[in-house]
Amino acid sequence: MDLIQSYSEELKLIRKPWTKVWVWGLVLAVFLLPTYTTDAVVYIATMVFMLTVGVLGQNLLIGFTGQISFGQAGFLAIGAFTFGHLSMLGVPWALALVAAGVMAGIFGFLVGFPSLRLKGPYLAIATLGFGVAVYQIFANSPVLSGGRMGLTIQKLEEFWFLNMEQTYFYLYFIIAGLFVLLTYNIVSSYMGRAFIAIRDNDIAAEVLGVSLTRYKLLSFAISSFYVGVQGGMLALLLGYLEPNMFTFLTTIDFLVAVIVGGLALVEGSILGAAFVVIIPQLLSEYKEAVPFIYGVAIILVLIFQPLGLAGMWLKMRLYFRHWPFR
Amino acid sequence: MALLEINDLNISFGGIQALAGVDLEVEPEEILTVIGPNGSGKTTLFNCISGVYKPTSGAITFEGESLLGLSPDHVAQRGVARTFQNLRLFMHMTVLDNLMLGRHVMFKKNPAAAFLRLRKEELKHREVVEELIDFLELQAYRSARISDCPYGIQKRAEVGRALALEPRLLMLDEPISGLTAEEKQETAYLITEIKGRFKPAILLVEHDLRIGSALADRMVAIDNGVKIAQGSPEEVQRHPEVIRAYVGDE
Repeated sequence: MDLIQSYSEELKLIRKPWTKVWVWGLVLAVFLLPTYTTDAVVYIATMVFMLTVGVLGQNLLIGFTGQISFGQAGFLAIGAFTFGHLSMLGVPWALALVAAGVMAGIFGFLVGFPSLRLKGPYLAIATLGFGVAVYQIFANSPVLSGGRMGLTIQKLEEFWFLNMEQTYFYLYFIIAGLFVLLTYNIVSSYMGRAFIAIRDNDIAAEVLGVSLTRYKLLSFAISSFYVGVQGGMLALLLGYLEPNMFTFLTTIDFLVAVIVGGLALVEGSILGAAFVVIIPQLLSEYKEAVPFIYGVAIILVLIFQPLGLAGMWLKMRLYFRHWPFR
Repeated sequence: MALLEINDLNISFGGIQALAGVDLEVEPEEILTVIGPNGSGKTTLFNCISGVYKPTSGAITFEGESLLGLSPDHVAQRGVARTFQNLRLFMHMTVLDNLMLGRHVMFKKNPAAAFLRLRKEELKHREVVEELIDFLELQAYRSARISDCPYGIQKRAEVGRALALEPRLLMLDEPISGLTAEEKQETAYLITEIKGRFKPAILLVEHDLRIGSALADRMVAIDNGVKIAQGSPEEVQRHPEVIRAYVGDE
């Protein structure tokens, strides 16, 4: 029985006691992951957390606001190199991470301007142009990219009794957790509602007083902020940067993660990030097969399960709601 | 002073003159019905007022200030709300969220509140929306996705969404088209209730002449983008130009 007694109760993040139990159980299980698995698994989980941040941002833009962007690799590169240069200047990593996000956010705001005029595939082409241009600029400018040697970045030091993998694991777990909460908050607020309204019917949204200019640019800026932070996390995790990490294939990773994970579902971004990290790991013997798997996965998802992995999860929960089926 | 004043409004799309020199006045708290055959320019008139189309020339004055050149969201902020002839709802949202979006212009929009999940504003507006839901008798559909609701409910929810703006001018584009006979009566009654309770001026486009004229305080007829008659509903319906436009010459 689901009895709501006040409006504020309905706005809670987790409403039902049982949901609370399994969510906290899941968080605890992930938190204790280093105690019962190998460092290799911990490293993969760290990559999932890192990618979750960027995919959440991409999902805000594509899934919630309905603006298709192929420029993700560009924002990722801007975030990563901003972080790289700042960290080489001796700026502490936390500050550099925020700066990476803000820098990418500023570029996101600027790239958002074509979205005021262009829709659908035309916007996709314009943002694709941005992504490719950023890659070319970094690839051809030794000052920005550190030339043939790339940038070498000071990595984290081992924290307390944790080893290197565990230090990164817990830091990225916390960052990803914060971004997940932030995303839930945004999408359930007036802002998220405005984003969804623009996606569902932009003319009606505008006639009801939603400024398309403001909310489209805001969506681009927030989404790029997320991706920029992910870029910073990438630089911090790998310890070096070169332009070849930010080709169009990186953008494809984001797109696959958002679609396979589940459009406009926060849980979907986590599952999607896990998908694009884990599949290449499982198939490390057959690297050529990865794009093929991605392609097939997108086609299957679009045909059979438009809400992706998260949609499957939702349906499963709906099914078991009446357990034990008496 | 009139609430809405339109003077010599012209708009053309290429060679087609959709509106040619239309003059119109809407007084506060009155219901003005606009009638006219298909393609006569009624919806174009709505789109010009709400800022979706930019008129070629002419003046639109609302509460003494010009609406010309304003984008639709700014027109909405001035207190003008409208519904659409072919529903334009946010199909993936619940009925409740659709109405909550109608409150958008009234929200104190503080991004920090959005990021940190401070929900004071949200609760305040939720109470207003719940009153609207009671008024429109949408309780049973409150948390249903609007695409799953029957057409009559969708139509009513769209009126609710416009009402949520607390408009001083409410523009209803064929609010009873496509409804059953019973729903038509209900909606007509609803419009009189809106008039009594919220006291907006209502600009109504309607094809059903019987209900349209029963509701109207005044009536205007448009044909081929030109205003052909104006006055009380009886006068307009008997006007020879109107009869010619609807029935043709003898």
